[in-house]
Amino acid sequence: MSTLSYAASDSATMLRRNLRHAIRYPSLTLSVAGMPLIFLLLFVYVFGGAMGAGIGGLGGGRTQYLSYITPGIVLMTLASGSITTSVAVCVDMTGGIIDRFRTMAISRASLLTGHVIGSVITTMFSTALVLGVAVALGFRPDAGPLEWVAAAGVLTMVTFALTWLSVAFGVFAKSPESASNLPLPLSLLPMMGSGFVPTGSMPSGLRWFAEYQPFTPMIETLRGLLTGTAIGHSAAVSAAWSAGIALVGYAWAKTRFNRARTH
Amino acid sequence: MTAAIKATGLRKSFGDKVVLDGIDLYVPRGTIFALLGPNGAGKTTTVRILTTLIDADAGRVEVAGHDLAADPDGVRAAIGVTGQFSAVDDKLTGRENLILMADLNHLGRTRGRRRADELLDRFDLREAAGKLAGTYSGGMRRRLDLAMTLVGDPQVIFLDEPTTGLDPRSRRTMWQSIEDLVAGGVTVLLTTQYLDEADRLADQIAVLDRGRLVAQGSAQELKRRVPGGHIRLRFADTTALGRAAHVLDDAVAEDADLTLRVPGDGSVQALRDLLDRLDATGLRPEELQVHTPDLDDVFLALTGRTDTPQETSR
Ligand SMILES: Nc1ncnc2c1ncn2[C@@H]1O[C@H](COP(=O)(O)OP(=O)(O)O)[C@@H](O)[C@H]1O
Ligand SMILES: [Mg+2]
Repeated sequence: MSTLSYAASDSATMLRRNLRHAIRYPSLTLSVAGMPLIFLLLFVYVFGGAMGAGIGGLGGGRTQYLSYITPGIVLMTLASGSITTSVAVCVDMTGGIIDRFRTMAISRASLLTGHVIGSVITTMFSTALVLGVAVALGFRPDAGPLEWVAAAGVLTMVTFALTWLSVAFGVFAKSPESASNLPLPLSLLPMMGSGFVPTGSMPSGLRWFAEYQPFTPMIETLRGLLTGTAIGHSAAVSAAWSAGIALVGYAWAKTRFNRARTH
Repeated sequence: MTAAIKATGLRKSFGDKVVLDGIDLYVPRGTIFALLGPNGAGKTTTVRILTTLIDADAGRVEVAGHDLAADPDGVRAAIGVTGQFSAVDDKLTGRENLILMADLNHLGRTRGRRRADELLDRFDLREAAGKLAGTYSGGMRRRLDLAMTLVGDPQVIFLDEPTTGLDPRSRRTMWQSIEDLVAGGVTVLLTTQYLDEADRLADQIAVLDRGRLVAQGSAQELKRRVPGGHIRLRFADTTALGRAAHVLDDAVAEDADLTLRVPGDGSVQALRDLLDRLDATGLRPEELQVHTPDLDDVFLALTGRTDTPQETSR
């Protein structure tokens, strides 16, 4: 076998290991959906009536607000998946097993690749769960098959980027506790974007931040695909952000991972 | 090419703390080599360098014919490592851990599974095969750890303190497993704080103290290097004892138990000379005992300290 196919088969082995962990401890995958679901219920039932009425042009109402907020909640789920990834990577990096892997003639990147692909898969499950709950609450996306495929593509792209960043957090963190804290701001960013209210309703400083942070175009793209609002440049901007985040995460994770060799 | 491990001039510092101060090692194929030293001597650091985990500041290393600096992957393909701390996946079962190793060694599905089951049997883990490794006892974890190391049939095996923290029974089982390995032709480098362990297992022992090798040789050679070896002869009565004491003028008589203490290094030659001298006089001792100094004496003599853990401390 060539080096490349070894790399592929080692990554597949590591992926199987991570998926086995996920299946054995499903509570981790479920807890990723936990916080976004609490926000969903809280915002829809407690504030939903007032918020829906307040958001201009939506015609008001709880159902209307549910449909506005769901894309942001979904993005929140992706970000919350980062915490699990980062912790899992850190547990591997600080535990004994990493030394075993490092003394074997295996593809060096396979451990990280296995984590990335595994996390993308489990985060997609959590996302499907959150979307399912939203539909159960009355969310009625008007996306056709093509839009659904595009939405899945956008979500995968964003998850892939966030996952590389959280893998870097996991390699960087000295303990699983700090590994769970580092990605925390990520899961709050959708709230400080167009996830819960339109950016136009925000005070100017926050509005500027909200309009230029990565989650807003991602939310707008997803919202457009699922509920038919205007997408505009959002898709292209999301793709650029995702590529940037993935590259930074990948480069950071890789340097850190290789650096751990001197001591 | 008979060396499994050849290291010259290994140096390593962490900050300004010198941890290894010029280490040379030579381990012939098919032998057990023990790196003996107290806590903090630099054993783990040496193993981590030899197994490609960290880089030395200076020195050359060859493992199984591969240069460590030029061909670390060649070294990795030839070695198996069981570190000081457990390296099993707690969230997988014992069998899944072994299959993980088989997959990473590219054994293929059928061969990998067969190898896993073989090792489960060999290390008495058959019954626990389906349980999560996180629930294993200390002895079982160590056995699984070693079994995982063996999946890829390594030529050179590194064991960092393989029996530290084990109960006496698990220790003996582990010793037996290590001896079986060498019978199969592989080379083992192990580290230990325990003198009896090095004595029992190793063909060659290197005594490591504060980053320097203070002595190297077989257990017998090391013991002979220190004073304190002697032969005890017991005689039937005081007359015989007196006559023997007269002939062997360097001996010390202990009248109370009718024994004579003759200094000697415990070698066969010294013993033969002594018996020849006794024969010439026609004296027949009732009993003969050779006392060689144990490694505790060795360590004390070499380092001037007695801070190795004693039998009672484990
Ligand atoms: N990463 C590190 N950074 C700083 N000091 C270290 C590091 N690793 C080991 N040491 C120090 O090096 C010395 C030797 O450690 P080690 O090789 O673990 O000894 P042993 O295994 O013989 O107990 C100790 O004093 C230890 O504190
Ligand atoms: Mg140690």
